[in-house]
Amino acid sequence: MTGWEAFAFNFLNPRIAAEYAPAIIAGLGVTILLAVLIIASGLVLGLALAVLRAFAIRPLNWAIIFVVDVFRALPPLVIIVLIYFGLPAAGLSMSGFWATWLALTLVLMAFSEEIFWAGISAVPQGQWEAGRAMGLHFLPTLRLIVLPQAVRIAIPPLVNRTIAITKGTALGSVVAVSEILGAAQSGMAFSGNPTPLTLGALAYIVLFIPVVMAGRWIETRFAWRR
Amino acid sequence: MSDFVQAFLNAEIALASSHLLWIGLVQTMLLALMTVPLGMVAGLLMAVLSTRKTRWVRWPLVAFIDFFRAIPPLVLLIFLYAALPFGGIDLGAWGSVALAFLLNTGAYYAEILRAGIESVPKGQPEAARALGLRPWQVWIFVVLPQAVRNVLPDLISNTLEVVKLTSIASVVAVPELLYQARQAQSITYNATPIMVAAVIYFLLLWPCVRLLSRLENRQIAGRR
Repeated sequence: MTGWEAFAFNFLNPRIAAEYAPAIIAGLGVTILLAVLIIASGLVLGLALAVLRAFAIRPLNWAIIFVVDVFRALPPLVIIVLIYFGLPAAGLSMSGFWATWLALTLVLMAFSEEIFWAGISAVPQGQWEAGRAMGLHFLPTLRLIVLPQAVRIAIPPLVNRTIAITKGTALGSVVAVSEILGAAQSGMAFSGNPTPLTLGALAYIVLFIPVVMAGRWIETRFAWRR
Repeated sequence: MSDFVQAFLNAEIALASSHLLWIGLVQTMLLALMTVPLGMVAGLLMAVLSTRKTRWVRWPLVAFIDFFRAIPPLVLLIFLYAALPFGGIDLGAWGSVALAFLLNTGAYYAEILRAGIESVPKGQPEAARALGLRPWQVWIFVVLPQAVRNVLPDLISNTLEVVKLTSIASVVAVPELLYQARQAQSITYNATPIMVAAVIYFLLLWPCVRLLSRLENRQIAGRR
């Protein structure tokens, strides 16, 4: 075998690729489902916490800041392992899928709360006062006047952070979720050939290159002229 | 409640596993000391190169950076560690971690530094050249200090992410903090070591998170 043939046999073996492609595609489905669930729950919780923080109740705000700090400081993999291997000891066991979902949701919640809050505090005080002067109560002012401006400010950093955390779904492979990486690794173990892993890497590229490029576009589209 | 304490905050087990965790902490710090400078140097090189006007340099570089930003770092690490040996290239655990971080965090640092360099007004390097500084002096004394200052929160934030990311080295059996904690957990059948590891990570990184939160608030508020 020439060098190229050996390379192709190992990394781009068509027989093995055909055999394991269905498993990788199923893994792609799991990754997308997990990502969508994480983005939905993480952003909703983050926005909810940021809104709660706008009420300016001292002890509550300290609690929010502490929780946010914890989930910004801990590595996502540590949180996943703690939930998956630790919680059963407390009588609460969770499948790898839901453990990964919960861990990354908490992480995205923390980061997005921070970003939404920065957006809310960036809206000038005069906007609040004007809302009140128009006869709106606190909540309508927040919802109709402050939040639309805050969210616009928050979009570029939020998009990048969301992409980064979504890529963390690959960590699920550590706790036996058969998302792309998990499926690729078991494919590699069964076949004794790394082609499934090449396919897995390709699946991530296909999934995330458009997202990364869209993120770049959104960043310039929503960028504020300094 | 006492069950919870038994399973998560067991002082006896924490003490028994302290030696393993200490080794892990040292390894984690070594990993951070290796991966942060590696990523920064690679990122800086790519950022400086990407300011070249020729599209033959810039486009492949953007493609390279986007490629490694699209692949999850764990996938890259496992590919280097488990798949490359089939091609006759065996980097070992530390080598795989080093290369994976070089490519992944290098790409992120490159993006950040590029934005920083672009934020320095053109007049600055021109003025420096007019004053007789050599091109390398222009970079080191004029452009880079301003570029770094302009993107400092992003740089710190990325560095924090890199240090957190060293935990994935546990997957390729580098005995860092998380790996050691899981070893201790499987020996003792108790979740306390993982809890202790989490607390160590938190204590280590919390000051950094606090600092960042202040810097970021100021940055986002300043954007308006």
